[in-house]
Amino acid sequence: MNDTLVETTYREALRAAIRQAMLEDERVYLMGEDVGDYGGCFAVSLGLLEEFGPERIRDTPLSESAFVGAGIGSAIGGMRPIVEIMTVNFSLLALDQIMNTAASLLHMSGGQFNVPLVIRMTTGGGRQLAAQHSHSLEGWYAHIPGLRILAPATLEDARGMLLTALKDPDPVLIFEHGSLYNMKGVLAADAGAVDIDRAVVRREGTDVTLITYGGTLGTTLEAADLLAADGISAEVIDLRTLRPLDDETFIGSVRRTHRAVVVDEGWRSGSLSAEISARIMEQALYDLDAPVERVCSAEVPLPYPKHLEDAALPQSATIAEAARRTMSPEQG
Amino acid sequence: MNEHSAGTSSPDQATAPDTEHRRELLRTMVLIRRFEETCAELYSAARIRGFVHLCVGEEAVAAGVMAALGPDDAVLSTYREHGHALARGLTLNSLMAEMFGKQTGCSGGRGGSMHLFDKSHRFVGGNAIVAAGLPLAVGLALADKLQNRDRVTVCFFGEGAAAEGEFHEALNLAALWRLPVLFCCENNLYAMGTSIAKEHAASDLALRAESYGLSAWPVDGMDVLAVERSAVRAVEAIRGGGGPHFLELRTFRFRAHSMYDPDRYREKVEIEQWKERDPIDALVKTMKAAGQIDDAGLAAMRSEVADAVAAAVDTAEQAPFEPVENLTRFVTSEAGTGEDRP
Repeated sequence: MNDTLVETTYREALRAAIRQAMLEDERVYLMGEDVGDYGGCFAVSLGLLEEFGPERIRDTPLSESAFVGAGIGSAIGGMRPIVEIMTVNFSLLALDQIMNTAASLLHMSGGQFNVPLVIRMTTGGGRQLAAQHSHSLEGWYAHIPGLRILAPATLEDARGMLLTALKDPDPVLIFEHGSLYNMKGVLAADAGAVDIDRAVVRREGTDVTLITYGGTLGTTLEAADLLAADGISAEVIDLRTLRPLDDETFIGSVRRTHRAVVVDEGWRSGSLSAEISARIMEQALYDLDAPVERVCSAEVPLPYPKHLEDAALPQSATIAEAARRTMSPEQG
Repeated sequence: MNEHSAGTSSPDQATAPDTEHRRELLRTMVLIRRFEETCAELYSAARIRGFVHLCVGEEAVAAGVMAALGPDDAVLSTYREHGHALARGLTLNSLMAEMFGKQTGCSGGRGGSMHLFDKSHRFVGGNAIVAAGLPLAVGLALADKLQNRDRVTVCFFGEGAAAEGEFHEALNLAALWRLPVLFCCENNLYAMGTSIAKEHAASDLALRAESYGLSAWPVDGMDVLAVERSAVRAVEAIRGGGGPHFLELRTFRFRAHSMYDPDRYREKVEIEQWKERDPIDALVKTMKAAGQIDDAGLAAMRSEVADAVAAAVDTAEQAPFEPVENLTRFVTSEAGTGEDRP
């Protein structure tokens, strides 16, 4: 590996990945609302139209269902589309195509038609965008067999997950948390494809396992700092891939620490956090020293004012508090 | 009914009648009819299950459009697609086995009546979500355009689909990008039990398609020769760079929407009037007048087709079911299958 490091942002890492994929494979093209002339709603594709032209950086009308369906069709027809849906809430307008077609086609055709499609979309709250632009629905999509669900939370994953996703013969959805685009850091100059199968330990610890992904990774790492100040050693797991879940990594961690807190920006009821908690019960119940804790979003459509939105979303203090409860469950 | 036949159907004077070709069209329609009647019997006897939507009365649309296509063209269909699949050339055995949910079915038995697929014929379903095939057709055509392939993608749907948002989105996209798609709207006047008058304020669907920038016209969908002529004309125009085309094929289903449907929403007299325009009888009449078939020839054809369908039923019943151990196969691709495309 090249030791040279370059300064970059999450947004630039995504753009570099798209650019590399398009240079390496002429079947790859980017399609979505405002990906071309505008440069992408979040400026991810800025400059790519000039480099690759309008056939491959393809602006679409406001027709989510049609352009996602067209992405599926073109994937069947031999292309490798990257379809950008501006934000997760608009993906609901294409939910039929994502679920009834992309996720189902291979199985209902008896293995004849696979769909090598990548869909990218922005997800999550925390930017005072109110109820219709703040959803975290990646856990919902993770319910659907036939889809692979990715949540890049780091520069390395923003740079590398797309490249691997494009090699997948089946549909992959990538959820980019809106709070991450401006995240700055350094990345190896030769950073490239990364695995899209495994969760990773982002911080090692011995007392409690904090399990999270995507936009709440940073918040959870902050919580680990708060806990360290109290003498509690928290291990932080970044799930990375929400479907299929890498049970081995988070179950292994829980077996070592005997305590778990699941942090999930989705609503609690029927959530990904519920699934992870259930898997811990199924596979590691007798290793636990305390009930599994969950920190999720309050079950309200997200409000606009900052103080209410903050109260609704997982915060480092509430995560640390949940972790402390697992350290002394009898006081809970 | 008069408007449906106006200006679209007349004996073809431009080319000499081709006996062999017309016999093929006739046999395709007779085969579809027999297949559908057999499905109705099998369903009534509880030998096949699921939702089963028959296309009796609409055979000319399937036979006529498919006659205009080449093997590299792609076809997308609906849940009423037995006729399209047969006319496209999917084997009788693979289709009948799919009705029985057998491993030898065209979709390995996993799809059933509504999800017939066959990669080797570029038959991309069998789609039970109304209008969902239209965006897929746009995408298949986009892939052809981006890869400079001379192919046409044909997409069938009913007039009910014209009320769905995807209809508008997909027509706009296809026209905007001038993609090689032939949209075939089978206007059978009823979206399940809702008549077109109760469903569309503006019921001239060809005109509607035209407003999106497509070349579009109505066709007498009960006249297989008229359907074929229009499809050939449209496909040639598309291959010549003329952009997407839209045919409003005016037809009628003689049977109910599905095997569950008591058909309370149509007058018997309306059904009987349409049956007088039976597409099989119409072609037989034309061919008899041209000396291209006689009663004995027709009887022989019907008998041969009936035997073939009966044999397919026997074969399907004896075919194996997929082992239960295979239940979770094909949720995701298996190693080595990813690069293989139609």
